[in-house]
Amino acid sequence: MDFNDTPEQAKFRAECREWLETNAEPKENKASGHSDSSLENHLQIAKEWQKKKYDAGWAMLHWPKEYGGIEASPIERIIWGQEEAKFNVPGGIFEIGLGMCGPVMMQYATQEQKERYLAPMAEGKEIWCQLFSEPAAGSDVAGLRSKAERDGDDWIINGQKVWTSGAHYSDFGILVVRHDPDIAKHKGLTFFFVDMKSPGITVKPIKQITGQAGSGSGFNEVYFDDVRIPDSQRLGEIGDGWKVAITTLMNERLAVGDAKGSDIEEALMLSKSKDDAGEALIKNDSVRERLADWFCEANGLKYTKFRTISALSKGEAPGPEASITKIVSANKLQEIGNFGIDSGDMAGMLIDDENGVSSFQGAWLGAPGLRIAGGTDEILRNVIAERVLGLPQDPRADKGLAFKDIPTKA
Amino acid sequence: MNLDFSNDQKYLQDEARKFFDKEGGLGIARGVMDNAEDYNKELWAKIVELGWTGIRIPEEFDGLGLGHLELCVIAEELGRSLAPVPFSSSVYLFTEALIKYASNEIKSEILPKLVSGEIVGTYAIAEDMHQATESNLTTSLNADNISGTKIAIPDAGIASHMIVVVKSTNGVDLRLVDLSDSSVKITPQKNLDTSRAFFKAEFQDTPSTIIGEAGQGWSYTQHLLDQAAVLFAFEQVGGSQAALDMAKAYSMERFAFGRQIGSYQAIKHKLADMYIALTLAKSNSYYGAWALSSESSELPLAAATARVSATKAFQLCSKENIQTHGGNGFTWEYDCHLFYKRSKMLSVLLGSEATWKEKLVSNLEKTNTLEKR
Repeated sequence: MDFNDTPEQAKFRAECREWLETNAEPKENKASGHSDSSLENHLQIAKEWQKKKYDAGWAMLHWPKEYGGIEASPIERIIWGQEEAKFNVPGGIFEIGLGMCGPVMMQYATQEQKERYLAPMAEGKEIWCQLFSEPAAGSDVAGLRSKAERDGDDWIINGQKVWTSGAHYSDFGILVVRHDPDIAKHKGLTFFFVDMKSPGITVKPIKQITGQAGSGSGFNEVYFDDVRIPDSQRLGEIGDGWKVAITTLMNERLAVGDAKGSDIEEALMLSKSKDDAGEALIKNDSVRERLADWFCEANGLKYTKFRTISALSKGEAPGPEASITKIVSANKLQEIGNFGIDSGDMAGMLIDDENGVSSFQGAWLGAPGLRIAGGTDEILRNVIAERVLGLPQDPRADKGLAFKDIPTKA
Repeated sequence: MNLDFSNDQKYLQDEARKFFDKEGGLGIARGVMDNAEDYNKELWAKIVELGWTGIRIPEEFDGLGLGHLELCVIAEELGRSLAPVPFSSSVYLFTEALIKYASNEIKSEILPKLVSGEIVGTYAIAEDMHQATESNLTTSLNADNISGTKIAIPDAGIASHMIVVVKSTNGVDLRLVDLSDSSVKITPQKNLDTSRAFFKAEFQDTPSTIIGEAGQGWSYTQHLLDQAAVLFAFEQVGGSQAALDMAKAYSMERFAFGRQIGSYQAIKHKLADMYIALTLAKSNSYYGAWALSSESSELPLAAATARVSATKAFQLCSKENIQTHGGNGFTWEYDCHLFYKRSKMLSVLLGSEATWKEKLVSNLEKTNTLEKR
């Protein structure tokens, strides 16, 4: 047992490090990144950084060589991620494209389309988004209702998507819609990619409980009114939409991972700091107990990740242990945020005039979203129970019904 | 990054699992309970024969000379099968104390006999129904003789030797006692987990030998408890996994309202929570195993983290296993109560959850920054 790289991994890490050191600024030891710039500014910086990485071959390590990647192993991707995270570089713009849309295009698009779209995606010229969730189709995403009707060589799309990260600045999107409501739920779906500038598409940022809308990689509603998509932009066969979507959803569950934000270290620092009377919160037994619990969770997640990395490092398939990560980290984030606010006692709700919402307040506001995005706590418990432990699926009330006959209200 | 056991260690674990299954699995613990025995003699004899009591004992003293990681994988299997043997008392605490602190003379006299099974040891700390501290010990020392009463000592009725934590003019000392001396009185004490046996030991001017340096007994004990906490955590992880497996199997075969109960989300989410607690405990235990085997200065924090996490996991898994079984889970006939009782026993034997949470936080308090790796 040790935490060391193998000689090959150490060599790869050194190469990452060397390139990053000459091309980026190391992160100062601060919890917050650079998020005060405007969206346009952030996009500009992100595109420049992506281009820089692309030119040097670091942009999409895991992609096949024919599409400009180096077919990096999972452990190499992790090493690159660990090293890049030590530098002050923009993120959150290209992950959906490179992680979900790119792979699906490689598998299902024509050669001509791959040549047209993959390089600009990798280079950061064009941004992609994912259009799956709908107002009436969240956890049960296969229950989506947006319609695709055939019209000659085109399809005409009508309906609404929701929770689409980055739709407001994306150039293209991948889309699942229903081409046939008269057959079973999962069978009536078809998958496309769409130009987000197509006539009939309206993007509206969602104002979240944080009060923010459209900032960073914020969420959007996307409306489709008689939007035309050529049949040549269909990915997979008619009726294969669910199969194609599942591949990308698997990638999403892996991508969401840890809930970022205030963690045990910040809670510990806060607990140790003294109030006006010279007392530290850590002297309070109820605080001590909670610190112990959070440390067990944070440390347990950290070494769970190390176990996964250890398996990858040996070229083995990791166990299912990483499936606990989001449930534990999002709930811990909510509790720690709550604790940070409580530390201000009667004035805990106040927002600082100069610094704005504190990291604890931000954690408390954002955590409810993290407990839902990329699979709710409840869906993830079902996933653990069914896929990890092998328990039977729930009987489904919509089984064997044509989609149009599935009940939607009492 | 290699936070995993080696292939040899995994092989040893596999062999240990097969061994316990072959010997009768949970049936052995049940037998000890039903027949009011102190332990299972045959199982213990076979464990000695396999050489496991000498895993950590250097080859010069007839042991296998292996490391703590080998002990961790055995511990997980002892925990999974709820083996009713004095392994933790004799190996994790008594033997480790001698390996770490005893003179060469004592080592050469005792260690080979621990390997051969001639000697079984245990370790006595508690004196009352509250947490033992450096200052509240009353068992005392007069020249080389000790007097006083220790309680809740596991396996003392089976053991031939005991390390006793005593108050001395130097502070606290560790003293080795031969329990065959006529001045020692050992009495069984009833306890909740009757698959294991606990005893009271009364000493009246009992001859003893010092282990290590005078006045160091309390810090030695803390270190030994930290080491044992990691090994106990592996027993708790093994027990948690077995309880979860049992709950899962039952939820698949039991029907209610025309469905397998495992198809209800109320049961699925319960079992998912057991899996989450178990996974956190296992990962924290791996961290503990690393700190233990590499003699890291992080051991006190790693041990407390593994211990608290594994205590929580086993308590959750064992009580929710009963709940999943419904009324059957409350019968003597079903094995659920074996896990429930062992879980409670393991959670107090080295000190309670509250005691270890306090150790965890006081270690966090001392560090300025958490280890970055």
